[in-house]
Amino acid sequence: MKDIQQLTTMLKTLEDQMTVCMHCGLCQSVCPLYTQTLNEADVARGKICLLGGLSSRMLDDVQGVKDRLDHCLMCGSCAANCPSGVNALEIFLKARVILTAYQGLSPARKMILRGALAHPRLFDRILELGAKSQSLFSQPASELLGTSCSEVMSPFIGKRHFTPLADVPFHKRCGSMDTPVGASGLKAAFYYGCLTDKIYPNIGDAVLKALRHHGVGVWMPIEQACCGIPALSSGDISSFKKLVRANLKAFGSRGFDALVTPCATCTSTIREFWPMFAAEFSDDEAADIRTLAAKTIDISAFLVNSGLISDNAKLSAGAATMTYHDPCHLKKSLKISVQPRRLLQSSPSCRFVEMNAADSCCGSGGSFNLLHYETSAAIGMRKRDNIVASGAATVTTSCPACMMQMTDMLSRRKDAVTVRHVIEVYAADLV
Amino acid sequence: MISKTLIREFETLLGAENVKTQEADCMAYAYDAAVLPPVMPSIVLRPSDSDALGKTIRLCNDNRLPVTVRGAGTNLSGGTIPSLGGVVLLTTGMNRILEINEADLYAVVQPGVVTAKFAAAVQAKGLFYPPDPGSQAVSTIAGNVAENAGGLRGLKYGVTKDYVMGMDFFDANGDLIKNGSKTVKCVTGFNLAGLMTASEGCFGVFNRIILKLVPPPAAQKAMMAVYDSEAGASQTVSDIISNKIVPCTLEILDNFTIRAVEDFAHAGLPTDAASLLLIEVDGHPAQVAEEAEKVETICRKNGCTRFQAAQSAEERNKVWEARRAALSALARLRPTTVLEDATVPRSQIPHMVRAINEVARKYSLTIGTFGHAGDGNLHPTILTDKRDKAEWLRVEKAIDDIFDAALSLGGTLSGEHGIGIAKSKYLAGEIGASSIEYCRKIKKAVDPNNILNPGKVLLS
Repeated sequence: MKDIQQLTTMLKTLEDQMTVCMHCGLCQSVCPLYTQTLNEADVARGKICLLGGLSSRMLDDVQGVKDRLDHCLMCGSCAANCPSGVNALEIFLKARVILTAYQGLSPARKMILRGALAHPRLFDRILELGAKSQSLFSQPASELLGTSCSEVMSPFIGKRHFTPLADVPFHKRCGSMDTPVGASGLKAAFYYGCLTDKIYPNIGDAVLKALRHHGVGVWMPIEQACCGIPALSSGDISSFKKLVRANLKAFGSRGFDALVTPCATCTSTIREFWPMFAAEFSDDEAADIRTLAAKTIDISAFLVNSGLISDNAKLSAGAATMTYHDPCHLKKSLKISVQPRRLLQSSPSCRFVEMNAADSCCGSGGSFNLLHYETSAAIGMRKRDNIVASGAATVTTSCPACMMQMTDMLSRRKDAVTVRHVIEVYAADLV
Repeated sequence: MISKTLIREFETLLGAENVKTQEADCMAYAYDAAVLPPVMPSIVLRPSDSDALGKTIRLCNDNRLPVTVRGAGTNLSGGTIPSLGGVVLLTTGMNRILEINEADLYAVVQPGVVTAKFAAAVQAKGLFYPPDPGSQAVSTIAGNVAENAGGLRGLKYGVTKDYVMGMDFFDANGDLIKNGSKTVKCVTGFNLAGLMTASEGCFGVFNRIILKLVPPPAAQKAMMAVYDSEAGASQTVSDIISNKIVPCTLEILDNFTIRAVEDFAHAGLPTDAASLLLIEVDGHPAQVAEEAEKVETICRKNGCTRFQAAQSAEERNKVWEARRAALSALARLRPTTVLEDATVPRSQIPHMVRAINEVARKYSLTIGTFGHAGDGNLHPTILTDKRDKAEWLRVEKAIDDIFDAALSLGGTLSGEHGIGIAKSKYLAGEIGASSIEYCRKIKKAVDPNNILNPGKVLLS
């Protein structure tokens, strides 16, 4: 598509949603990016007006609008606080798809998304090779946090303190799994997600241990693929569709009560974004998408909502002080904030303390971190300051991507604070 | 078009990152919160100190560039929509609180300080800055002063102008003008700070503002009263005032708004109620208890069907939830929300409510009304779709009629949103041709090249 007339016609399909924006500007007060840059093009109101300007041909600079649209953490703070209920994330994702169809994908993204990510088995193999060779070009940065940094690679990765790839990915270690329903009477499909699989296999172990403990049967096909969010947020609808289809094939026909994930971003992608793009699929596929989406749930929410964790359990006053960071994709998108805290409070080893601004974004934003590291880190450092001020020895959360970002920030400041997934804390205390 | 040489001059002065000329950056400053078409500026400038601000204005004047000053861009009358091809001058780079003086009860701030952040900093020092416009989470102090913003506490505590003690501002030539003082009393020279308040960016550009602070009330009590007739609610408002009680907040919601809020927030409001009053008294605990008791008696005497007084901070929060949700609840019903602020003397509120309902019927429009019953400032909120041309014509006529009604009741066009572009055509109807001419002469004298927010307030 290179016809601007066609582009404006496509953008008009978003008009009903965009016109709901009153331009009141209240999104400025909650946007983590605006706080950092004070640029109006960074907030939802600014982006919606840019798209409106393009649609009405007040401006013709498509790439200029696309660059500003892409400069977004997709945290959903604006949508969660919008007085007139503008669904900013849906507008932005759909607009990214439209603008990418017009401008085309950059060669780098095309290589990563279409060349690798969209082919789950190939993607696995590339990262296995990476796991074997990473120690050749990096050195340990923090023993406590298990991070590395790399001078050789600094032109590509900057000053990052990164969590290295796991030696053996989770799916390879466990293989496909199908365990019978136990005391709970429930069967869960386990969607581990890329980061748990390739960087944090311990989270996967913890989920399995918790489910086993509560007598939940597990169905875990290792043919599952990425949830598609990296492709979708790059506007690459074709790779997104390939990945959704791979997952439908892996999970589609089996009977289970819930699709459980330990990743806030995967949860909200499957629950909210898959149905948002259902019209891109056949009717049968769309029906499967809706069924799967409705069953998708965060691991903490699953355990609490299913009544597996007693409401009367007494609050623990353990030895380890822990705080909790609300991932945007759980709290702002899915309104889940009580259940992970409930898990912590019923873990005997944990003494829970709230940090200030627990639900403010950590600045990761997925690929935003890769493309705008300095801005991402500036937002991350505010989160780090709040973690340290809480006095907690451990910060927990429900999203591996947030874990990587917080680990990087804490490691760079040499803080004696560890980063763990809520389910790791909970499962470690189970006997 | 702005020359490359001039752009380079701005870049040298402000730093390249504070000069934006790309179309996609300019488009993000082409609008404000008013329901008006966007207008593309050709450059966006963000000075970060006084010296740079003054020099920027001088450069604009020397080059005859129209300048629209912008804080958060929350203006509801189009005052921050730039001139075509003009300059947007951002105050957001100057956002420091310079001083909070607890001994002399004042604060000095830069123009771009966000209202709510300022109020919180003042509160942290044990003091109180009362003006609380609806946009306070993002609005800036300079924008509040330039519009003379109000809020929910106007009845007892007044509005922004009542807290402006003095200021420095740059005139159109970029020269610094000083006025007012950190003292309670000051009659040195003309009251230019008074002239600058509500000047809507037409007379100068704020550099520093001195604001009055007050001690906070020791206690407060929030109450809610439900009525099955509008007359009962209106009479209650009159009786509260005539009993010499001045609540800090006295808000009204009409039946349509009550239903919208209930659908949206499920706060347990009676959807068949004609009106809802939300009342808060504050002050010394003994006075608060006595006034709350009197308010309850007055509400019951006027036939309220339900009365509820908050017993805890949590319950107080719940009482105000209904009011906070009002605009959101209404805004979700139709794509376009036109929020008006016609204001009448308090005693005329029942007539104004009737007039608004009549307008809604006459033009077959949906209008929800809520607002500050205590100070006569209502917010008739027209719910529409600006893409529907026929309906939009009726909306424009309805707005004309609402202003006619407010003026015929001895009221005013705008209680707190300003004149800007949206209401300039109605101005003569309220103040007359000679008053407009007088304002034009002042404008001509202080801004001979007409660079400061041209076309706003006064029709050119």
